[in-house]
Amino acid sequence: MKKRQGGFATRSRLRVSTSTLLQAALCLLVTVVAVGPAFGQTNYVEKYPIFGTHEGPYSFAEIDKKDYSGVTLNAITLAPPVMGGPTILHAKQFEELTGAKINVVAVPLSQLYAKVMTPFLTNIGAYDAIIFPPNWSGDIMGGGYLEPLPEKMLKSAQWDEVIQVYRYLQTWGDKIYGVPIDGDKHFLAYRRDAIDDPKYQAKFKEKYGYDLRAPQTWDEYRDVAEFFNDWDWDGDGVKEYGASEMTQRDAQLFWQFIVRAAPYAQHPDVKGGFFFDVETMTPLINTPGFVQALEDMIAIQEFYPPGGKNFSLSDVIFSFGGGQTALHANWDDGFIQAMEKDSPIRNKVNATMAPGAKKAWNRKTKKWDDFPDINRAPFLAWGGWITGVPKSSENKEAAFDFLGFLSNNANQQKDLTVGRYGVNPYRTNDFNPSFWTEKAGFDPEVAKGYTDALRNTLNHPNRVFDLRIPGNQLYVNALATAVSESLAGNLEPQEALDKAAKEWDKITHRVGFDQQKSAYQEIVNLEGK
Amino acid sequence: MTDSPIKYAFVLPGVLTMIVIVIFPVGYAIRLSLSSWEISAFGSGMDFAGLTQYVAVLQDTRFWHSLFITFVIVFFAVSLEYIIGLGLALILTVELRGRRFFRVIFLVPMMVTAVIMALVWRTVLHESIGPINDILIRLSLPGIPWLSHNTVALISIILVDFWQWTPFMFIILLAGLLSLPQDPYEAAVIDGASSWQIFRYITFELLYPVSVAVLLIRTIEAFKIMGTIFVLTSGGPGTSTESSSYYIWIRGLKEFQLGYSAALAFTYLIILTIGLIIFSKLLRKRISPRKL
Repeated sequence: MKKRQGGFATRSRLRVSTSTLLQAALCLLVTVVAVGPAFGQTNYVEKYPIFGTHEGPYSFAEIDKKDYSGVTLNAITLAPPVMGGPTILHAKQFEELTGAKINVVAVPLSQLYAKVMTPFLTNIGAYDAIIFPPNWSGDIMGGGYLEPLPEKMLKSAQWDEVIQVYRYLQTWGDKIYGVPIDGDKHFLAYRRDAIDDPKYQAKFKEKYGYDLRAPQTWDEYRDVAEFFNDWDWDGDGVKEYGASEMTQRDAQLFWQFIVRAAPYAQHPDVKGGFFFDVETMTPLINTPGFVQALEDMIAIQEFYPPGGKNFSLSDVIFSFGGGQTALHANWDDGFIQAMEKDSPIRNKVNATMAPGAKKAWNRKTKKWDDFPDINRAPFLAWGGWITGVPKSSENKEAAFDFLGFLSNNANQQKDLTVGRYGVNPYRTNDFNPSFWTEKAGFDPEVAKGYTDALRNTLNHPNRVFDLRIPGNQLYVNALATAVSESLAGNLEPQEALDKAAKEWDKITHRVGFDQQKSAYQEIVNLEGK
Repeated sequence: MTDSPIKYAFVLPGVLTMIVIVIFPVGYAIRLSLSSWEISAFGSGMDFAGLTQYVAVLQDTRFWHSLFITFVIVFFAVSLEYIIGLGLALILTVELRGRRFFRVIFLVPMMVTAVIMALVWRTVLHESIGPINDILIRLSLPGIPWLSHNTVALISIILVDFWQWTPFMFIILLAGLLSLPQDPYEAAVIDGASSWQIFRYITFELLYPVSVAVLLIRTIEAFKIMGTIFVLTSGGPGTSTESSSYYIWIRGLKEFQLGYSAALAFTYLIILTIGLIIFSKLLRKRISPRKL
């Protein structure tokens, strides 16, 4: 039973409470609308190993909004650490953000072509995303197996920031099929603590009669490799060696040979092809420039570390990156490995363009021409790994989102700083020394040396593009086998390269002369751009 | 009953299975070998090229070289495996402390996948970071170019194959030894035969049929060597460790020269079949019907 007074008092209190509650609710609503997102937002920088989140349709925040629960993507990539490492890492992140399931098939390079091509040839939709070298574009893009990039990708900032030379490599005919995740070229990495040491400079000059510096020609490279071979020049109690190069036949021997051949065989005044004479499609790989390069390579073998005659890319990354050798003419990976935080030689390395030559073969006059100021012909070896979505994929949108996410600026910048991942600069900001000093802890001199080496390589008017024509594997295998035979002492350089040239000619005619000529003409055109 | 059609129904599943998994693939591969089909070749397909691919095989020096390398690997690897496998089996037939433990331990290499085993050996034999060269250098001995010298690399492959497949020889020969009758041994001891004579004229002779079987099986298997070479040397330096199987794989599944690789495979099959028939006849010649 309620008393009147008491009842009034109760209602009065209720009235006050209702009003207060309404005001409080209003305040709460305003607070939620205004500040709520900040509280609800995931701190991606804290959660994932990235430097910053960046914006765009494939950023962490945008991908986080997607719900791909129940969607399974099958992706194929190179076995870790190179490419496989970042693919697996970002696939896991993508799964966490979207609920999708990604099966990453990671295989060695020697099996990748077969694993990628077999489903295409048999019309089996095995993969939703493929990661492949640009040299296979003739077979994969040219074969019509890929879906062109969606507008969303082409209008994104992460695409705009890709430098022009790497955009070319995503294209076949007039369509863009590839999402770049890497930018490749060869340059020379060297131990600056050894080469800049006045004590060694004096000894070197005494022995060779000229100043010790980062080698600018392959002749200098040979002398420097010899000088620093087989003794403990950095005082760590372990012997060091001259140079680490990729020599394993079915791994990356082809590219190691071509970077050596380029300045001898790419004459700046003779246009119309490096691998072939584009007019006749006659192979040029047995001309004196290439023979000279093979002779040089045979001679340098004695300055390799133990086992160096059977080194693959992974071996050389850990060889130079682990402080075993003084010189490393290769992709960025060994250099970046050397510059990682826990590296014993961090900031003891630097970079410059790949060595040139003081002579180049002129195939028009059939004579050597002298270049006292050094002929440079930097090799855009490989060109950078490409990703694409097969036409056969039933989850194209999710697959493109995954590839966009894999290469978004946040992931890409972090991956750049991990040498073993094999992700190398290809966006404008990557060539800014301050990125490397601020994010990767490079000494300013090293950051400048590295970015200058990259820029000078990519912008050089006499640069050499890789062999991006159909049947690339056939040409690569034929030349690598011949070079390997000669390195092993089974064939003389000229004999080995004649054999390879004969094989190349047969391949060209088998694959289709007109088609190959047209595809190679595209490369020759690129060299002039 | 003998004319009952039901008997055909019973054999039908087996016949169909044979057609699907043996006859069709073989027939298809023969047809493929008569074509010039190559995936990279513009417009090529299952055409009819006659025997041109076989003519090309006969002129392919790299194939014949790979065949020679394969014979070298098979001869030395299988011989070593047989000799050591027999030795181990003989040791473990006598009463020995921990005999059962050793019998199991000896089988471990055979149970490891070939590629995994090759990867482990690649690390062990790595000339810069591998433990073997490290030990040699610590003992002031020179490091050995396990995988980068033509002859040494070939020896390394033989040794790795030997390491993996000796247990197979061991287990079969051990089973054979344990099943031998005891009477001839007792008679030989009474007659005063020496240990060598007992082994040579009793053990070896009685074990001969088992030896023939195990050598044939292992030889057939060894001719297919590919994974070990792929991981350890990729056929290099040059082509000094390239086996026929690996070469056929390169042409077929790396370069997708489908017609040519099928012709290579058939040529290899024919050579192997002839070789193994001769080998088998030579081995079985000494087996009398009494022993069989």
